[in-house]
Amino acid sequence: MSISITIDGKEIETEEGETLIDVAADNGVYIPSLCYMRGKPCLGTCRVCSVKVNGNVMASCTVPVADGMEVSVADPEVADMRKALVEINFSEGNHNCPSCEKSGRCELQAVGYEVEMMASRFPYRFPVRTRDHASEHIFLERDRCIFCQRCVEFIRDKETGQKIFTISERGTGAQIDIDEELANKMTPEQVTEAAEMCPVGCIIEKGLGYNDPMGKRKFDIKSLRQRTLEGEEV
Amino acid sequence: MNKPVKEDETLAHHLPTTPMDPDVMAARNAKIQVAMIGLCGCWGCNLSFLDMDENLLKLLEKVNINRSSFTDIKEIPVRSAIGFIEGGIANEENIETLEHFRENCDILISVGACAVWGGVPAMRNVETLEDCLREAYIDSPTRPLQQPPTIPYHPDIPRITKKVYPLHEVVKIDYFIPGCPPDGQVIYKVLDDLVHGRPFSIPAEINRYD
Amino acid sequence: MDQKLNDILLQNNSDKTRLINILWDIQRQYGYISREAVAQLSEALNLSPMDIAETISFYHFYRTKPFGEHTIYLCDSAIGRMNGYQAVRDALEQEAATGFGAVSADERFGLADTNCIGLSDQEPAMMVGDVVFTRLTPAKVASIMADLKAGKAPADIANPQGHDSHTLAYVESIVETGIQNEGAVLFQPGRDYKALLQSGLGQHPDEIIDDVTVSNIRGRGGAGFPTGLKWRLGREAEGAEKYIICNADEGEPGTFKDRVLLTRSPKDVLLGMIYGGYAIESRFGIIYLRAEYWYLKDYLERQIQDFRNDGLLGTDILGSGFDFDIRIQMGAGAYICGDETSLIESCEGKRGTPRIKPPYPIQQGYLGMPTIVNNVETYACISQIIEKGGRWFADIGTEDSTGTRLLSVSGDCARPGIYEIEWGMTLNEVLDMVGAKKPMAVQISGPSGECVSVAKDGDREICYSDLSCNGSLMIFDESRDLLDIVRQFMHFFVEESCGICTPCRAGGVDMRTKIERVIDGRACQQDLDECVEWGALMRATSRCGLGTTAAKPILTTLDKFPELYQAKLSEAKHALLASFDLEQAVGEYDYAFKALVEEASK
Repeated sequence: MSISITIDGKEIETEEGETLIDVAADNGVYIPSLCYMRGKPCLGTCRVCSVKVNGNVMASCTVPVADGMEVSVADPEVADMRKALVEINFSEGNHNCPSCEKSGRCELQAVGYEVEMMASRFPYRFPVRTRDHASEHIFLERDRCIFCQRCVEFIRDKETGQKIFTISERGTGAQIDIDEELANKMTPEQVTEAAEMCPVGCIIEKGLGYNDPMGKRKFDIKSLRQRTLEGEEV
Repeated sequence: MNKPVKEDETLAHHLPTTPMDPDVMAARNAKIQVAMIGLCGCWGCNLSFLDMDENLLKLLEKVNINRSSFTDIKEIPVRSAIGFIEGGIANEENIETLEHFRENCDILISVGACAVWGGVPAMRNVETLEDCLREAYIDSPTRPLQQPPTIPYHPDIPRITKKVYPLHEVVKIDYFIPGCPPDGQVIYKVLDDLVHGRPFSIPAEINRYD
Repeated sequence: MDQKLNDILLQNNSDKTRLINILWDIQRQYGYISREAVAQLSEALNLSPMDIAETISFYHFYRTKPFGEHTIYLCDSAIGRMNGYQAVRDALEQEAATGFGAVSADERFGLADTNCIGLSDQEPAMMVGDVVFTRLTPAKVASIMADLKAGKAPADIANPQGHDSHTLAYVESIVETGIQNEGAVLFQPGRDYKALLQSGLGQHPDEIIDDVTVSNIRGRGGAGFPTGLKWRLGREAEGAEKYIICNADEGEPGTFKDRVLLTRSPKDVLLGMIYGGYAIESRFGIIYLRAEYWYLKDYLERQIQDFRNDGLLGTDILGSGFDFDIRIQMGAGAYICGDETSLIESCEGKRGTPRIKPPYPIQQGYLGMPTIVNNVETYACISQIIEKGGRWFADIGTEDSTGTRLLSVSGDCARPGIYEIEWGMTLNEVLDMVGAKKPMAVQISGPSGECVSVAKDGDREICYSDLSCNGSLMIFDESRDLLDIVRQFMHFFVEESCGICTPCRAGGVDMRTKIERVIDGRACQQDLDECVEWGALMRATSRCGLGTTAAKPILTTLDKFPELYQAKLSEAKHALLASFDLEQAVGEYDYAFKALVEEASK
């Protein structure tokens, strides 16, 4: 059913029940996000896509649009909340961009640029996290994990449908684990898919280093913002 | 207030000097004073500063760099408007120097990953200081084996801090330029904006953390 | 294939949605859940071993390694700490010959911490096996430990007269169920449940819902959603099955009213659930009972069986054609499972991660079907509403807060326990009633609620529009270190966060760091300003109620007791920030040097 909503005062025609973050992107309004993958079920874990809907802060990936909805993306208060959430990811983990294989195609980094993060307002923690290099084709670099849950929810063993990545413990002690046996059964295409699905440099393909020179990396060629506005599905 | 520079306070050697032309001196003192330093950094951000190439000449029309590795002036001689600091805090001398900068500059800028969040030196933050010292001085494969291991410990040697700290966790910092190093033109843009009274801004297109 | 494990799987129909029960059965059989057991489960349930491990590791009480013949969980709570917890803790370590988080050398005792276990009126308290021990002192600890060492079972020590575990006498020999007053709605004795249900089922489901709606009752858990509306939506929802769930997780520190209700009036709760099933056309009820209340389990199973024997549960109840039965689902130690969607996830055998809403449980809840989740007290109230009418209930209390509120009162007062009050009572009246001694601050609705000042808020009314209370009421007198209590509350939220969303998982830790900084005397005004900002961030962007409320201990005390914070603020030393601990930063080198020198000299 056709409906009309406003985003930052601009009236937009759309279909009822569409996801707000997609409607925004399709209408030239970029809302940064980290866990959301267009075309896949909403995860709602990063909260970076927060906007104001009828005055209330909501994660725009979780909002089905309804007629008359008034959305504010540019509102300074909620824009700063998005920025703060991006910043807290940086200080929570060990994000050493200069040495990271994912730099230049990393969504956390790209979103950091978009929200104009310079330094995190939160204390840098330098947590002690272990890495898991046991599987044949994947480095699991937990320093960089932002707990988006994409790997846990969307990557499955083709044969049994079982989870290959899982999240153990809870709270600040949570960590992503990799099932070595199932990971070793992944085809090269599946491994690449997993590495590209991971928004940061946590799932890294072994044997593949800094394959693209600076200036020719994914987000050097076209920014994350541009790709989102073009409706690119990861 | 800008005090005029006394040459003998700032030069490291004692060869006789010839007095600078007074007009040039006056012009220099009337410019915006900038002090620069590298703490626990690789000095790459200072080098990257030079990569602004000919824009440096434009900058120097408005700015006088006093303390820096380029001018080899080793203390901040006058109240400065801007302190450009690369490198994080890794020992007590870094802390003293940073305090000196905070006390003598109106604005401090953390330049580069090390200053902004700790950078490469901060990779040791996941270890204890004790383990780091053991690795470096006792278990090190390259230490001379003819004598027992020695860990530096002398009043003249600055003690290494428990962790490597971003500058803004030690003193108030006013601006940050991320990068490893930040591009020379980005450094130029920030300084140029500041000296012309424009707000600080590093847009997404040119901001880089690596 | 281990035969006992095979039996466990069979008893649970190899149903992976019953994983919580399967894991409990394994742990109760073997003392812990081994890798081999997980491997077998993986085969049987088509879940990868790590998938099962992720569920095991979520819950506090599952153990993957042996942790002593007796695992002792000592409750660490603000109330416990005010009543001799430290001495009890020290005594346990001494008697068990091990520290906390470890097992004794003879492998007889494992000591662990746990958060509030619903015994705030009788702390310090600890869990051993299926029972609890309350009002602990070092002497009592010594006596219990001596009995355990002599080979006595925990249940025999707690219940020396040997009552059967399904009896009220058993429960009451283990814990006190201190009801301090008589209220207008609950704990009515001598009810004829059969007659009541007969009468109730004589009405049309819509009439039941109307009665609940007229009563204007709001959910008696944390959220206070209008129950009549919830039931109406449940009736209108479409699904192949529908479910009625009773939330008996009662994890909010300081709350123990549901424990007492389930002990003294379990059939009220069951009756309310049956009405729920009848109203929305559900055939299945689930009581989600927190693991810390294991000593109620057999007793409640017997209550349910009583109803079955009397024809009040089962098929064609009292000839009405209506089928309904109730099962108990145990929790496994997670405060977050008090959140309705987390609870449902747990019922489905998974980690208790809150779901994204929409969809709401009313439309897609347990197993994707329409589900009503209501609090224990809500069902108990409804059992009275259907008997005496919605109007009767609405006439009690205030206009927007109808009926009565059960308060679990603990802390600095002469008479802790359960009080049933009419909504609209003032805080001062409550403090008077419970014999509060020089009260300074009251924590209303637990750590996720607000800390109010007796001086400033004494005349406020307990009702939804003023001082809303979910039942937990902890009283702190002038001698208490409120900032330390705030720190404990922040630590609680950090421990209990599920971790799935960034603002809560990460923000909680940073907020806890802030209060620690204040207590250390290294905070400045900017830190307090940041507490407000970051608290607002967590409030606005968190995925569930835990994250939204986690900053409140700091925010509410900053609001009501700003002087406590101001007194701790520090000036910056010269150019260095107040928060930078120069001595610690630089002094570490001396310690490290000395330690290495000593090491080298060996």
